[in-house]
Amino acid sequence: MNSFNTIAILVVAYLVVFFQATFNEFRQVLGVQVDLLPSLVVYAALSSGVITLTLVSVLGGLMLDSLSTNPVGISMLPLFVVGLLMQRSKEFILRDQPYAQLMLGLTASAAVPLLTLLILLNLNVRPLLGWFSLWQWAVMTAAGALMTPVWFACFGWIARSFNYLPVAEGGYRPDREIKRGRQ
Amino acid sequence: MFKRPHYIALAVVVIFTIILLKLPTRAADNFKRALSGLFLPIFGLDNSVEDLANVASYAVLPRHDLVRQIETLRQTNQILQARAMQADEWRKENERLRSQLGIQRIYPWRMKLARVVARDPANWWRSLKIDLGTRDGISSNAPVLTVHGLVGRVAEAGLTHSQVVLVGDPDCRVSVLIADEKSREQGMIAPSSSSPADDALVDLSYLSRNAKLAAGQTVVTSGQGGVFPAGIVVGHIADFRTIGYGLYKEARVSLAVKMNQLEEVWVMTP
Repeated sequence: MNSFNTIAILVVAYLVVFFQATFNEFRQVLGVQVDLLPSLVVYAALSSGVITLTLVSVLGGLMLDSLSTNPVGISMLPLFVVGLLMQRSKEFILRDQPYAQLMLGLTASAAVPLLTLLILLNLNVRPLLGWFSLWQWAVMTAAGALMTPVWFACFGWIARSFNYLPVAEGGYRPDREIKRGRQ
Repeated sequence: MFKRPHYIALAVVVIFTIILLKLPTRAADNFKRALSGLFLPIFGLDNSVEDLANVASYAVLPRHDLVRQIETLRQTNQILQARAMQADEWRKENERLRSQLGIQRIYPWRMKLARVVARDPANWWRSLKIDLGTRDGISSNAPVLTVHGLVGRVAEAGLTHSQVVLVGDPDCRVSVLIADEKSREQGMIAPSSSSPADDALVDLSYLSRNAKLAAGQTVVTSGQGGVFPAGIVVGHIADFRTIGYGLYKEARVSLAVKMNQLEEVWVMTP
């Protein structure tokens, strides 16, 4: 179950990066390309263990950087840190509630670009920044927030379709068994 | 609460990030190229699907539309052939005069058509990926253009794909001049300081304070810097202002090429 879930998340991360690099309609209409990896990391953090989270952050970040002018390796750490902080509070989050998923996606999608920019600026790299970047940030945040419940629903459906469902408990109780004969 | 595996994973990711960010440029580029190779199968699939869709659309196109298009193209071809004949005559005259004056000969451009396969997924860069690489004779710094004007230059040439930085990216500075009878002022194209995210506008800086500027003047590459040959249209002046307490002028240039709508580009080969 766990390895299947991990593989499914990694395949989706690969497709998400490809989608972000080739789907140009958002950029033409809104002037922004949406970033869906943070929302995927939220799902990975809340549904899986630390190994899956690490793999998704590292491989997703590397794949994103390989198609971008970003210095290679810059996107891994922000994705991982945000995912790790969410995984830390995993037990206290109502992760089955769509509203909670939306808010977590919003937080992650807002934090990841900021952390990436922070590292970029510390490396003395000068990205294109201006007032329009605030609009880009707002759109990326909103799109990430909206996608998070969708990931939960999609992966839930995949898990239900491809995994064995847990057997429901029957009415049989071993403590009520009538023992015959001498003990 | 963080547990021990969390600390170990955090340490691994931090160390890996530091190692990657400290890699020498050449090693980092090679690593990046190897990683982007992961996407080659899906790029190939995408191209095949697009080709299939095109073939399907040709099949349903009405015959009279095709005949009309052929007629229009035939007429355009004849006009262009006449112009090419005239240009050929001018070229020969130019070569003759250049050899008489001892000026270096200008060689005609050799170009290859490339398809745009991907764009930068990050919003803070302007770059794209094309489906030509070193095996097609593409090298780093090769100029990239369309029939409308300059697009950028090849930043990294892989075996089958190359990364192109667009005009307006911080990594693509272009030496230009104003192609006007009254003013042959030279300057430098840089990302727009007022609207850096607007990919239709760039800044033309380092213009002298006496520069005679007017909106609509054409801006072309100057040929200086050794990357872009002279005479490629970059755009047109949108507006200008005096800065630095009147020491020099700066203009905003509206790019000739719509970068968001690029599907095919021409790459100059040596």
